Amino acid sequence: MNKAIKFILNETLFSININPATTLLDFIRNVAGLKGTKEGCREGDCGACAVLIGKIENGSLNYKSINSCLFPIANAGNSHIVTIEGLNQVELNPIQKEFNEESATQCGFCTPGFINSLTSYIIENQHLTKKNAENSVAGNICRCTGYSSIKRAIENIVEHFNSLNSPQNDRIPWLVENGILPKYFLEIESRLQQISENKNEIEIKNTIKIAGGTDLFVQKHENLLENNVTFLSKLKLNFFDENEKLVEIGSGTTIEEFRNSDFISEFYPKLKEKLELFASPLIRNSATIGGNLVNASPIGDISIILLAMNAKIKIKQNEDFRIINLNEFFKSYKKVDLAENEIIYSIQIPKQEKPFLFNFEKVSKRIHLDIASVNTAIQITYENYSIKTCKISAGGIAPIPKFLSKTSDFLCGKNITIENIKLATEIAQTEISPISDIRGTENYKRLLLPQLIKSHFIELFPKIIDVRNLI
Amino acid sequence: MKNFDAINHIKGKSIYIDDFVLPQNALFASVFFSPIAHGKIISFNLEKAKSIDGVVAILSSKDIPGENQIGGIIQDEVLLAENEVHFIGESIFVVVAKSLEIARKSKKLIEIEFEELPAIINEREAFAKNSLLAPPVIFANGNIEEGFSESDFIIEGSFSSGGQEHLYLETQGAFSIPQEGERIKIISSTQNPSAVQKQASKVLGISMNKIEVEVLRLGGGFGGKEDQATPWAVISALAARITNSPVKLVLSRQEDLLVTGKRHPYSSDFKIGLNKDGKILAYEVTYFQNGGAVADLSTAVLERTLFHATNSYFIPNVKATGISCKTNLPPNTAFRGFGGPQGMFVIEFAIEQAANKIGIPKHEIQKKNLLKDGDELHYGQIVENSNSESCWQKAEIQFNIENQIREIKRFNSENQLYKKGFSFMPICFGISFTSTFLNQANSLIHIYHDGSVSISTAAVEMGQGVNAKIAIAAAKTFSINIERIRIETTNTSRNANTSPTAASSGADMNANATILAAKEILARLIESARTELNANPTDLIEIIDEIVFVNHEKTNLTWEKLIWRTYFNRINLSAHGFYATPNIHFDRKTNKGKPFAYHVYGTAFTIAKIDVLRGISKIESVQIVHDFGKSLNPEIDLGQVEGALVQGIGWVTMEELQYSENGKLLANSLSTYKIPDIYSSPDKTEVVFLDNSENRFGPLSSKAIGEPPFMYGIGAFFAIKNAIENAKQEKSKINSSPITNEKILLELYNERK
Ligand SMILES: Cc1cc2nc3c(=O)[nH]c(=O)nc-3n(C[C@H](O)[C@H](O)[C@H](O)COP(=O)(O)OP(=O)(O)OC[C@H]3O[C@@H](n4cnc5c(N)ncnc54)[C@H](O)[C@@H]3O)c2cc1C
Ligand code: FES
Ligand code: FES
Repeated sequence: MNKAIKFILNETLFSININPATTLLDFIRNVAGLKGTKEGCREGDCGACAVLIGKIENGSLNYKSINSCLFPIANAGNSHIVTIEGLNQVELNPIQKEFNEESATQCGFCTPGFINSLTSYIIENQHLTKKNAENSVAGNICRCTGYSSIKRAIENIVEHFNSLNSPQNDRIPWLVENGILPKYFLEIESRLQQISENKNEIEIKNTIKIAGGTDLFVQKHENLLENNVTFLSKLKLNFFDENEKLVEIGSGTTIEEFRNSDFISEFYPKLKEKLELFASPLIRNSATIGGNLVNASPIGDISIILLAMNAKIKIKQNEDFRIINLNEFFKSYKKVDLAENEIIYSIQIPKQEKPFLFNFEKVSKRIHLDIASVNTAIQITYENYSIKTCKISAGGIAPIPKFLSKTSDFLCGKNITIENIKLATEIAQTEISPISDIRGTENYKRLLLPQLIKSHFIELFPKIIDVRNLI
Repeated sequence: MKNFDAINHIKGKSIYIDDFVLPQNALFASVFFSPIAHGKIISFNLEKAKSIDGVVAILSSKDIPGENQIGGIIQDEVLLAENEVHFIGESIFVVVAKSLEIARKSKKLIEIEFEELPAIINEREAFAKNSLLAPPVIFANGNIEEGFSESDFIIEGSFSSGGQEHLYLETQGAFSIPQEGERIKIISSTQNPSAVQKQASKVLGISMNKIEVEVLRLGGGFGGKEDQATPWAVISALAARITNSPVKLVLSRQEDLLVTGKRHPYSSDFKIGLNKDGKILAYEVTYFQNGGAVADLSTAVLERTLFHATNSYFIPNVKATGISCKTNLPPNTAFRGFGGPQGMFVIEFAIEQAANKIGIPKHEIQKKNLLKDGDELHYGQIVENSNSESCWQKAEIQFNIENQIREIKRFNSENQLYKKGFSFMPICFGISFTSTFLNQANSLIHIYHDGSVSISTAAVEMGQGVNAKIAIAAAKTFSINIERIRIETTNTSRNANTSPTAASSGADMNANATILAAKEILARLIESARTELNANPTDLIEIIDEIVFVNHEKTNLTWEKLIWRTYFNRINLSAHGFYATPNIHFDRKTNKGKPFAYHVYGTAFTIAKIDVLRGISKIESVQIVHDFGKSLNPEIDLGQVEGALVQGIGWVTMEELQYSENGKLLANSLSTYKIPDIYSSPDKTEVVFLDNSENRFGPLSSKAIGEPPFMYGIGAFFAIKNAIENAKQEKSKINSSPITNEKILLELYNERK
C-alpha cells in the first residue's frame, strides 16, 4: 500500500513517506528547507508560521490561511501549500509593496505570516473592507510595529484592490494578471486534479483521532508522532444537510465553514460576526466543530453556542449511530460520553420557529484570539415581551460547558423585565461553580456571568430594556 | 529610506539564528532546567538519559573548563547550577544530541532529587527577610523634611507595576562552531556581542581573541537579549568545545517564557507634598524592585528608576530610595525603558492621588510642574533645552484638547453603556548609559576601490533601523548615494570592546563613531582630489552628490574615479572611528553628576473607552507630540514611537505574568500571556514631530528614539482609570498595573454588590 502523502508545495510536487503527524511547519522548514516560514510559538498564537493551503472543493480551487505549526502534514494531502517563497516574484507584489511603502516591517520575523494571511483574504474576496482585511491578520502578532504601519498598509491594499474590478469567479487568472500571484498558480488546479488521491479506508480503532489538530498539536505533539493516529479529515465530515425539522452539520466542518455557512446566515445572521471572537482566522480554518465538542473544554465557544441551540449529536460506531442531546454529552471535566471506538459524526440543530433570538457573549483578557474568562449563549422564542422558550448556556463557570437549566427554566414564560433578568442572574449563581485560574478569579467569574446575561437582554431587546436600570 | 532589510523581510529571505543552514555534523542542545524555585540538589542520575541513541553528551557544571560564572555587573550568576538552584528555569544540565527531538526525549529521562528550600516570590517579602541583591541606593536633593513642612497637602500611598515578558518573536538562540585550534565562532541572537565574548572566554578558559561573536540580526530584542542572550550563546559554545562539533541551541517559546527574566515588577511607597497652587514641593519614594535570583542588570535598572523618579517635573525636594530585592524568580532584566517606566509610573500615580485629594484635575498639576531650563534635577544635572513645556503646549493646541475633553464629557453624559476617560502623559528620558564607561562606540569603514563602502559598528540591528541610520549618517558625510553603503554584521573581530545596543543609544553612538571615521577618510579624499585636480592648497574642495567641486565649481572627477585614483596613489581608504560621549559623568558616592548627554521629551494625550456592562477597555486614540530632534529618518522614528507605545499599552493593560506561590510562571504560553494584537492598538495614533528641536549631541542633530515612547503607554492606564471613575462617579481605588478587564469589572461592581 502506498502511503505517500502527495501535495504541491509552491511549485514543486511532493510525494513523500513521512510520519503523517509531522507538522507542516517542520516539513516546510526542515525537510523542504524553506526558512521564510517562521516558528514563533508552536501553539497557534503568533501567526509567524502562517501558510496558504489550496484545495479543490466543489469543483473550484480555494485557498485558506492556516497555522502550519498545528497542521498535520496528512491533512495537506492533495492540496497546494504556499509559503512566502511561493508568493515571491522578482518585484514585490502589490501587498508586499504596501508593506514596504508603509515600513510595516521592523525586525521582520512576523512579516511573512502577515503577507500570507492577507494574501488568502485577497484571493478569496472580491470585495475588500478594511475591517475584514484587519480581521484576516487577527492571528498574526507583531511585537515591533504596534500595528499602526500595518494598518496603513492594509488600508492602501484595500483601496488598491477595490479600485480594480476584480471578478467574482475564476479569480486566479485575474490575481496572476494583477501581480498578486506568480504565474505558476495558473497550472495548479489542473496539476492538483492529476494527483490521485489515496483512498485508504480508514478504520476508527482505539487510536488518537485527529481532526483539525488545533487542540491536539498544542498539547501532545510528541505523543502523536509516536502513536497510531487516525485522520478524521479523510472521512470528509464537513457537510451540511437539512430537512424541515433540523440542520445536520458534519463534525469535521471547520469553525470558519460553519461561520460562513448558509445555515448561519439564514438562522443566526448575527453570529457570523460574533464568531470573530473565536480564535483567529488561521485557527478557524483548521479547527473543527467536532474537535471543540470532544475536547470538552469548559470554555469551548462552540460547545456553549450549540448548547443554547439545543443541539443533538450523532455518534458513530462502526456502522451504527446513536443520537444524544449535547447537554448530556459532557460528563465531568474533560470527560465525555464517547467510547474509544466512537466518533462524533454530526451535529443536529433543530430549526427554530421564527421569531427567535440568539446571542453569544464572550469576555477574555484580550478581546480577540483569546480563550474566554466567561462565555455564554442564549436562544429565546418570545411573544409580546413574554419569553416562550429559553435556552441559556455558559462556560468558564463549571468543570464542563454548562447548560444553565435552572436559569433557562426560570425564564420560560416570564415577561422581559428588569426584575426577571436580575432574578435570572441570581438563579444562575446557584448553578455555577467557578474556580480561580489563569483566566480569572472565582469572584470575577461570578461577577462576569450575570453581566453577560444582562448583556444578552440588552443586545436582544434594546428597545425594551432601560439600560440605566440594569447596570 | 526604509529599514535596510525591509525587502528581504517582506520576502521572507532574512535569516535568523534558527534559519542557518547547518553543517552535516551539527548537534543540537537542549537544557534541563530546575523545576523548583529553591533547593539543594541531593542526587542525580544521567545514565538513562545518556542511553538513548543519538545522545552525544550530557554536560553539567563539572564539564566547564574555565570559570562557572557569567554575572555581568555582579559576579553572582553561574552558567550551570552546582549544588543549589535558585529559580525555576535555572540551567542544570545540557543534553547534546544528534537531533533536537532526541535531546528533548533524553532530557525527560534525567533523574534528579532535590531538597526543597523555602522560596521568596514577592519583593516585599524579600525585603522583610533582608534578601537583597545590593545595598539600597538613595538619590536626593533639597531638604525633604522642609519640603513637606511647607506643603499644604501631603498624600501618601503605594503603587505596584507588574512585570512584562519581552516576547521578541524570535526566541533566544545561538549556534557555535569550533574553529582551528582553540578558536570558536559563536553566532548569537544577542544585543551584546562583547558580553557573549567575554563570558564565553571566562567559561571556556580561553582569551577573548579566540572567540569570534557574530550577530546578523535579531527578531526583536527590547532589552531581553542584552544580558540574557549570553547564557545560551555560552552554553552552545561550551557544548561545541566539548563535543568538538557545531552546536545549535534555540529555546522553544515555552522554555523562553519560563526561564528568561522579564521587566522588573515593582512595588513602591510614596509621599508627595504640594502647596495650594498645585506646585509639587516634596516627593519621597521607595522602590522595591523584584530582581529575581541573581543580579543580572537589576542594579543598573534600579538606578534608572531613581533617575526618572520625577519624570518630566521639577521637584525641589526629593528623596528616592531604591531597593533591589532578591527573590526566587528568574533574574529580571533590561526591557525597553530600563526601569524608567517603573519610576515614572509612581510619580504619575502620586500626582493623580494628589489631584483627587485637592480636587483639581490631574493635568493641571502636571502642567504646572513641567521642567524648565535651568532646573536642577535631583541627581544634579541642570536641565538644558527643555522641551517639556513646548511638547505639552503644542499638544494642547494641535490636538485641540480642550474640545476633546468637552466632547468626552458630552459622550459620558449621553451614554450609559460606554464611558470614556482621558489622560496626559508627559515624558522626559535621559539619553546615555548611566554607567559612564559604556558610552563609547567604534566604527570601521572600508571603501573598496570600486567605490562601494562597507561599515562595521558595534550596533546590532533588531528591527529598530539602526543600520539605516548609520548608513544615512555615512552617506550624508561622504555625500554619496546610500546604495553604495553596506552595513556589515556585528562581529567582535571587526569591532572590539563594544557596548550593548541598548539604552536607546545604539544609533547615536555608532552613527557618531561612523561620522568620525568617515570624516577621516573624507579628509584624505579631499587631499587626493586636490592632487588629482592640481588645485591650490587654498582652494575649497568638496564632494557633493558624488562629484568633486573646486571652489563651488563642478569638476568631472566622480566618486568612483576619485576612489580609484586614491587607491592607486596608495592612500588609505579605511578608517576606524571612535566615539566617547563627551562631558558626561556621574559620581556614585554622591549620586550626583551629569549622567545624560541630553533628554528626550514628549507628551501623549490618550482617550480610553470602557464597556461598562462587560468591563472591557479599548484605547481609542493616542495623540503624541514627540521631540525627535532633527530626525535622521522620520519613517523609522515614527515606527519606533508607534511600536513602543503599543508595547507600553500592553504592559499596563493586558500583559500579566502571574506566578504561583512556589514561583512558577502561570502565564507560561502565548495562550495565557496576552500581548497586544491588531485590535489592541489604538483606533487612532497620531504622532506629531516637535519642530525646531536641535540637539548638538546626537548625530546630525537627531535624538535617540528606542525607549522614550514606551512610556506614553502609561497614559493608557490613567485614561482607563479615569473612564472607570467617570462610570462610577467616584474615585477608583486601583493602585496596581496592569489594569486588566478583570480589574475593571471588579472595580466597577464589587463594592456595589
Ligand atoms: C491559538 C488557539 C486559539 C483557540 N481559541 C479558541 C477559542 O477562541 N474558542 C474555543 O472554543 N476554542 C479555541 N481553541 C481550541 C480549539 O481550536 C478548538 O477546541 C477546536 O475546535 C478543536 O478542533 P480541532 O478539529 O482542531 O480538534 P483536534 O485537536 O483535532 O481534536 C481535539 C479533540 O477532539 C477529538 N476529536 C476531534 N474530532 C472528533 C470527532 N469527530 N469525533 C471524536 N473525537 C474527535 C480529538 O481526538 C481530540 O481529542 C483555540 C486553540 C488554539 C490553538
Ligand atoms: S508558530 Fe506561532 S502560530 Fe504557529
Ligand atoms: S516586525 Fe518584529 S515582530 Fe513584527
